[in-house]
Amino acid sequence: MPTENSVEIRSLTKRFGDVAAVDAVSLDIRRGEFFSLLGPSGCGKTTLLRMIGGFELPTEGAVLIDGEDVTWTPPYRRPVNMVFQHYALFPHLTVGDNVAFGMRYRGIARSDEPRRVADALALLQLTGYEARKPDQLSGGQRQRVALARALALEPEVLLLDEPLGALDQKLRKEVQVQLKHLQRSLGITFVFVTHDQEEALTMSDRIAVMSRGRVEQMDDAAKIFERPATDFVANFMGAANFFTGSAVAVSGDTMRAKLRAGGEVRLPAAGGTREGEEIRFVVRPEKLSLRARDLSVRGVPSVPVTIEDRVYQGASTVWVVRDAADERFTVFEQNATPFDEVGRFAVGGKAFLCWNPQHAVVLRGGPAR
Amino acid sequence: MSVRASVRERSAGTWLALPTWVTLGLFFLLPLAILFVISFGQRDTYGGLKPIADLGAYILSGKFLANYARSLHPIYLQIFWRSVWMAVVTTAVCLVVSFPIAYYIAVAAPPRRRNLLLGLVVVPFWTSFLIRTYAWMFILRTEGLLNRLLLATGLTNQPLELLYNHFAVLIGMIYGELPFMILPLFASLEKLDLSLLEASADLGAASRSTFWRVTVPLAMPGIVAGVILVFVPSLGQFIVSDLLGGAKTILAGNLVQNQFAIARNKPFGSAVAFEITAVVLALLFFYALYTRRRGEDVLL
Repeated sequence: MPTENSVEIRSLTKRFGDVAAVDAVSLDIRRGEFFSLLGPSGCGKTTLLRMIGGFELPTEGAVLIDGEDVTWTPPYRRPVNMVFQHYALFPHLTVGDNVAFGMRYRGIARSDEPRRVADALALLQLTGYEARKPDQLSGGQRQRVALARALALEPEVLLLDEPLGALDQKLRKEVQVQLKHLQRSLGITFVFVTHDQEEALTMSDRIAVMSRGRVEQMDDAAKIFERPATDFVANFMGAANFFTGSAVAVSGDTMRAKLRAGGEVRLPAAGGTREGEEIRFVVRPEKLSLRARDLSVRGVPSVPVTIEDRVYQGASTVWVVRDAADERFTVFEQNATPFDEVGRFAVGGKAFLCWNPQHAVVLRGGPAR
Repeated sequence: MSVRASVRERSAGTWLALPTWVTLGLFFLLPLAILFVISFGQRDTYGGLKPIADLGAYILSGKFLANYARSLHPIYLQIFWRSVWMAVVTTAVCLVVSFPIAYYIAVAAPPRRRNLLLGLVVVPFWTSFLIRTYAWMFILRTEGLLNRLLLATGLTNQPLELLYNHFAVLIGMIYGELPFMILPLFASLEKLDLSLLEASADLGAASRSTFWRVTVPLAMPGIVAGVILVFVPSLGQFIVSDLLGGAKTILAGNLVQNQFAIARNKPFGSAVAFEITAVVLALLFFYALYTRRRGEDVLL
């Protein structure tokens, strides 16, 4: 009876000297999902992945794969395979031999090998490349060989350590879609490490955002994007419009807050917020808009601001504005009407920053770090 | 690049290679040619070369091959055979001993200690090879260091005959050639991408399989270079066998040395020397052929 979770991490810690690269992380990765570990370099995401693969031994905690404790199992006995950051293809072997490399250890008969290799190569559109050596391939082809080599062994879990990092921007976008498609059709659990939030959003079912060895937030991709739980996640996902104030009245699922820059706004109530308490909340740049008139009489949050800058980006315009408390905000506006017809706000002019009260996200964890 | 530029570059390359060719020609090809010519001659009474009155008659009589014919006498074949197996054993032992040492220095040791360890490998070169070989005599002789140690610890109750035999010569040769195996092995293992070892483990290979299927093939350039660097001088070895070997341990190198310095038969010495060189060159040729057929770069 297969367990619901492919991978279970139990308060896993890895210390290098005094530094905890991974600090008491617990998380469950569900069977068949595309799970991303997202964070800046040095956040511990690669170390965590390497502990799942067996290449690093944890200082404390446990790793379970398919419900079985593999914390001390060597990599060659784990039902997982890894796609390495620089692919780690064997330079002395052909593409075919690279893909066949692990088959003998998985009890695959020698006579079956050619067929399996051909299948794996066909899956990644590499048919005809069997006899090439890795140095005769392009970056994208090498990346596909690395995938074919790992998938040919039909692992329970595929670990991917920033496998798109070495590809150029255009190819990256293509491969992201292919990878996601591949994962869906094979139904294998993918654990994907990346520092690129867009990449994680494009492919993942769920994302764990990591910082300083800890998981800041683990949630569905859209939730991570729309409802960041902490300052760090909000910042990392590019929602860096922070508002500060204090709760004035809490009733049910809404509250009224007094902004530091003046004025009152309506907010969704975060669990456990008490009246008089300091609060911080964010509104994503694309969910803010600039209005000429104060809409607060209609219950729409409106903050008076000064236009500081305007960046025309073709399909969109980015506005940079500043409130009375000298806080800066970014507004991302689709150019639904031709830009030259808009021109309502001049740099240096006044405007009101408005948003739908439901789109504000109250952060937990007090003041900014 | 235009055709003209590439032609100009190629001719520039020829000029730049000139010093190499002059050095090779003057110090390698020319002596070899002289050796080759002398090997067809005959010695005169005083150890010089006997003048040949009629070259045509000399060649037709087949006398010019006399030295080569003589070298095929069983007594000399025995010497050649001994040289070959001792060089093979030396090379094999050096390879087996050096691999873990080189692997440790290149991969396992902390990087800051790498230079120190490499230095230790090279340190013996500061002392003359002759003196280091003499030192082995003091270690191996009947009342030497090793025997005294064995007696003191009670492992034996009478001194062992360790010197003046094949064993002593092999010890001396292996000792002398070890750095020439360690250094090229280190050079190729240092370039080993450790993520390849992880990839191998990831695909299910335990350490032993990874060693034979990844580490060894990738270290092959170093292995080949080391084997050649050790085997070739071992085949011509004469100092070690002279000092540590007894009368039974005459090697091809000693034979050549004897013919030039003691027997004063330069033509026969030249013929033997040329035969050794020819064997080495033939081995290198076959190696080059083999690597080229495998589509790899030819080393050396």
